[in-house]
Amino acid sequence: MSFKHKHILGIEQMSSEDIETILDTADAFKEINSRDIKKVPTLRGKTIINAFFEASTRTRLSFEIAGKRLSADTVNISGSTSSVVKGETLEDTARNIEAMAPDIIVIRHGHSGAPHYLAERVGCSIVNAGDGAHEHPSQALLDMMTMREHKSRIEGLEVAIIGDITHSRVVRSNIYCLSKMGANVRLCGPGTMLPPGIEQLGNVKVHSDMREAIKNVDVVMMLRIQMERQSNIMLPSLREYARFYGLNPANVNLAKPDAIVMHPGPMNRGVEISSVVADGVQNVILDQVENGVAVRMALLYLVSGVESMQTS
Amino acid sequence: MAKILIKGGRVISPAQDLDDICDVLIDKGKVAAIGKGLEAQGAEVIDADGKIVTPGLVDIHVHLRDPGLEYKEDIASGTLSAVTGGFTSIACMPNTKPVNDNLSVTNYILNKVKQEGHCRVFPIASISKGLQGESMTEMGELKEAGVYGVSDDGKPVGNAQLMRRAMEYAKPFGLTIVTHAEDLELVGSGVMNEGPVATELGLKGIPWVAEDAATAREIMLAEFTGARLHVAHVSTKGSIDLVRQAKQRGVNVTCEATPHHFTLTDEAVRGYKTNAKMNPPLRSAADREAVRQGIADGTVDAIATDHAPHHIDEKNVEFNLAMNGVVGLETALPLTLRLVEEGLIDLPQAVALMTSGPAAAIGIPAGQLAEGGVADVTVIDATCEWTVDAQQLVSKSKNTPFDGWTMKGAALCTIVGGKIVYQK
Repeated sequence: MSFKHKHILGIEQMSSEDIETILDTADAFKEINSRDIKKVPTLRGKTIINAFFEASTRTRLSFEIAGKRLSADTVNISGSTSSVVKGETLEDTARNIEAMAPDIIVIRHGHSGAPHYLAERVGCSIVNAGDGAHEHPSQALLDMMTMREHKSRIEGLEVAIIGDITHSRVVRSNIYCLSKMGANVRLCGPGTMLPPGIEQLGNVKVHSDMREAIKNVDVVMMLRIQMERQSNIMLPSLREYARFYGLNPANVNLAKPDAIVMHPGPMNRGVEISSVVADGVQNVILDQVENGVAVRMALLYLVSGVESMQTS
Repeated sequence: MAKILIKGGRVISPAQDLDDICDVLIDKGKVAAIGKGLEAQGAEVIDADGKIVTPGLVDIHVHLRDPGLEYKEDIASGTLSAVTGGFTSIACMPNTKPVNDNLSVTNYILNKVKQEGHCRVFPIASISKGLQGESMTEMGELKEAGVYGVSDDGKPVGNAQLMRRAMEYAKPFGLTIVTHAEDLELVGSGVMNEGPVATELGLKGIPWVAEDAATAREIMLAEFTGARLHVAHVSTKGSIDLVRQAKQRGVNVTCEATPHHFTLTDEAVRGYKTNAKMNPPLRSAADREAVRQGIADGTVDAIATDHAPHHIDEKNVEFNLAMNGVVGLETALPLTLRLVEEGLIDLPQAVALMTSGPAAAIGIPAGQLAEGGVADVTVIDATCEWTVDAQQLVSKSKNTPFDGWTMKGAALCTIVGGKIVYQK
């Protein structure tokens, strides 16, 4: 096995070979999820802590199911129940977790760089499940897996990502991943949500008009507008947002006829994506969720150092 | 007090227009003579052959953290750090606990300096009571107690009306207004310079316009009121340009630059390095270049460290949560000498930026080397190489972004009032 990473901190550190290895491994694991008995002994005896210091349903569930299907013991801690609210530092929390000898810590944290901080201070593997506005590597990988399934390649794809680019870790990981795999990324969002220098992260072109951005693309990826994070300084209204940056039956036709529509979830129906499109034939949103489990199984397996997948 | 004879050094004192190989004789705390071939019976002789002899260095931007935050630094440790770096006079910022916004805190600092200090300390009092930005401090009384400048450093005055009135009020007392120019609304919740590096790291940015908009306001208010304005830690191209233009049209304004701003860029933040987190933040390469050009052409009057000690627990956290600031007293001299080595400025310019320039900027009696004047002297070895080891810093705090850097140049001997307070 050629995978050499102890931690999964981001896509930035990965090579295209690493990404291919992960996707191929995920393909092999995916079949387990449709069996009657959805469990293999691959990570038996391994302990995985899912430390979610920021709210998450889908990603946490996905990591937990991935661990359990590989027979690892998975334990969840969340921000609201953790010692963080008691004023303990992240380093002390990590050291205490480590004293209980886990093999992998999966971490979601609101501060960019928190997984890197932990990786420098603990001995076990760290898997980044999303850090601030920085990276969300498992999301980008499940997006790659989904694109590869539907388009049978990633190289040469035209991918439009629309929405709040500034605050999105999904965007950054996807830019790295798509660029390394030879796809072209088009970005569009309100002027208040396009950070300086974003085009330097990869094969990126920034568009000011969403219609231009999605014209003839293979993939349209809509980002969640984080309503809970927006002050009214960033946007005049969700109504106007939906009009200029929402995907709807009128503009989705600008993409290629066989284009797929993606969304990392959770969706705001009627804001960044209309229900007609979200439930339409082009949507692959639940495929993304399904592939998420397989990709996370692959990541946990690859960082564990276990030699055999033991899928049969 | 013993006589000291510093022999054969290159004596540079820009305020005296002096740059010559000669001797300096110190007696009774004063400079008794400057000249060639001086002799003095019983004097302690310092061989300065091949070395540089300057007025004691002056740093007008230091956080001594005393009173109230002594776990970061105190007057004894901070002034020891200063003399180790070659400084004989420093000005300390008022954001202590309690804030230096009244006579009793100023007197506390001055008394403690008398008891425990290793160098001269000139307290800067706050502009507003409690740094709250609401009402003015008793600047007249503070001036009488020995305050030369007032500043709400770290918590800039947002209210333009208060700044206007503070300038008008400070002016007849001869106080300098030292501004930390930042528009806090534009800073928002930013934690590093806004730009490609912040975008990549997913950290909230502080745009250059947050500094420039505030610098423009302060300059216009100074122009309007005629007050003496000093702009602290200029970090952007726009602010350098604003100060340069203001000087050209005769505004009574000076400014300072820090070693970290003229040496580093926001690239130093990569890896979420909390010792590269400060306010104003490390900027782009273009901003750094503009600051350096400002130093070269005289727009920048002073090099000041913004020495900001923080405990390891305040830096060993997630980047967003880390305190702003770095220590600087012990690395400022070699970093300034690098500018000479790189050909940006000559040695007398460097000395002026660390002596007469800063002293004049806030009007403190320091930065001179003249017969009959106080014997505050620094002997510098500009060629010795050494490696920064944060743990070996004299300061209580170790938050330097230059840990592991090879430096060239250091203070060999620091003399305050005719007394050797540091010798390498």
